[in-house]
Amino acid sequence: MSDFFAFTAADWQAIWLTLKLCFITTLLLMLLATPLAWWLARGGSWFHTVVQSLVALPLVLPPTVLGFYLLILLGPQGWIGHTLESMGLNHLAFSFNGIVLASLIYSLPFAVQPLQDAFGRLGHRPLEVAASLGASPMDRLLTVVFPLCRGGLVTAATLSFAHTMGEFGVILMLGGSIPGETRVLSVMIYDYAEALDFQNAHRLSLLMLVFSFLILVAVYGRQRRFSLFSQRNVNS
Amino acid sequence: MSLNVSVNWQRDAFSLQLTQSFPSKGVTALYGPSGCGKTSLLRIVAGLESGASANVSFNGVDWQNENACVPLEKRRIGLVFQEASLLSHLDVRANLEYGWRRTPPSQRRLAPEEIYRMLALEPLLGRRTDQLSGGQRQRVALGRALMTSPDLLLLDEPLAALDADAKRQILPYLARVVRDTKTPTLLVTHSADEVLRLADYIGFMAEGKIKSVTELSESLTDPTSSLFVDHGVVSVLNGQFQVDSSNDWGVFSTSCYTLYVRGAPDYVPSSTDVLHGQRHRLQIHARDVSIALTDPDQISIQNHLSGKIAALTEKEAGMVIVSLELADGQRLMAELTAASVKRLGLMLDMKVWALVKSAALLP
Repeated sequence: MSDFFAFTAADWQAIWLTLKLCFITTLLLMLLATPLAWWLARGGSWFHTVVQSLVALPLVLPPTVLGFYLLILLGPQGWIGHTLESMGLNHLAFSFNGIVLASLIYSLPFAVQPLQDAFGRLGHRPLEVAASLGASPMDRLLTVVFPLCRGGLVTAATLSFAHTMGEFGVILMLGGSIPGETRVLSVMIYDYAEALDFQNAHRLSLLMLVFSFLILVAVYGRQRRFSLFSQRNVNS
Repeated sequence: MSLNVSVNWQRDAFSLQLTQSFPSKGVTALYGPSGCGKTSLLRIVAGLESGASANVSFNGVDWQNENACVPLEKRRIGLVFQEASLLSHLDVRANLEYGWRRTPPSQRRLAPEEIYRMLALEPLLGRRTDQLSGGQRQRVALGRALMTSPDLLLLDEPLAALDADAKRQILPYLARVVRDTKTPTLLVTHSADEVLRLADYIGFMAEGKIKSVTELSESLTDPTSSLFVDHGVVSVLNGQFQVDSSNDWGVFSTSCYTLYVRGAPDYVPSSTDVLHGQRHRLQIHARDVSIALTDPDQISIQNHLSGKIAALTEKEAGMVIVSLELADGQRLMAELTAASVKRLGLMLDMKVWALVKSAALLP
């Protein structure tokens, strides 16, 4: 039992790959989802409704469906994959870049929703005030929007990270299980279990369970503190 | 130097149609019932309704026309809303300094210390915004707007969300700020009281239109004005005020006459020094004024003013408003019954005495 937590080299490779995928996805998502959520929070046209629904699709679709279409699109025969190859680049199926793209789509609603809520709650007034005090749009974004929406930003980043870590179906469909390229922890656990190597599967599963739980404790603990704080303000 | 606005804006059931130039000094009140478009007009001046088809120019600079709209941050406007809208992630000092930092030094006319003193903000500087009362929040919002030394101050119902107590406390500050900083101000309000206390000019608005912009003193000569609907006809006299230190009386004086006003007003922020030598307004209800044909000497009423009858206006229920032109040209109105007017034989141009039973100093 003493060597229960002695991870193998392959384990470390999968852990490192998973963290890399989560960090890159979260970073790109924050850059992508922030303007998108801002646009969604400020508009009420039919086009906004369509985009909102597209963003939320990964919430309801089976990951296999998403993975299947991405495989079709990004593979050598696919529209995107083929275009990339004709430009002298690699297609994206069974590659790290491919699963980053898949993660972006798969975790998008988890980044957009908290941001959109925060931006909606913010309203127009603080921005109008800041403008009247001479702040340019970029100045307002940095000194008013981000500080006032920091709760939403932290929640969006944390949930994106955690949800990307929990990704399995899409990666298996699009990326397969290539060590160092697409074999993330969830896929690795699947491989161990398939091979009836339950001890190794246990170790990695427990690691993910504890880590995911801690992330959620951090998110909800923060939200609770925040809501208790605002409640006190209302009462006083 | 002036503000010119021309709007032709139709949105659902709401319409705003006007062409108007506004005075470039003093306080102009936009007065009218809710839904008359006064807030929309203010927002157009601020550049917050870029969708409205409007032409706005200020001091010869086009702020908005068919082709372009100067954004709010380039207009140098001070904005105060009904709710203080303080930035909750900043403390009071940081809220106040937000605009100061973004104002080029060459355009800073008002010093922070001056603004803090005017609004008694010093004790609040270190507080979080959620540690302030409603009146304090609004004082900070007002100070914050002034920290950019704005060319134009836009106040959108700044007192409407406050209770009567907070309102009474903040009014003198507001009056002092608009008087001492000499910032031209547009004040949106539906309160006749605020108009009487603060405005120099008044624009009556109704159903998306503006009737005219006239001097307050001129619109006060009309006893049928909508300003008098809620609280009855009043006169407002301009003059100097001195507190008589030997007793409870204050002395309100103009070039031609003197009125004794009971007590130093309790709203005066710190000491009475802010009152001395300043221009002040004295409000007198028409129902508190009686008319005599000769100057009575054996009477308890202390304030007697002579004047010439300039107008007699019949009101409902057998009441008549007698308008007197006082020695310095200001108007004082008395509310009498039609029977009294007949008994005394009051006629235009008659010289009579007004007996003022009570008067209130406005901040």
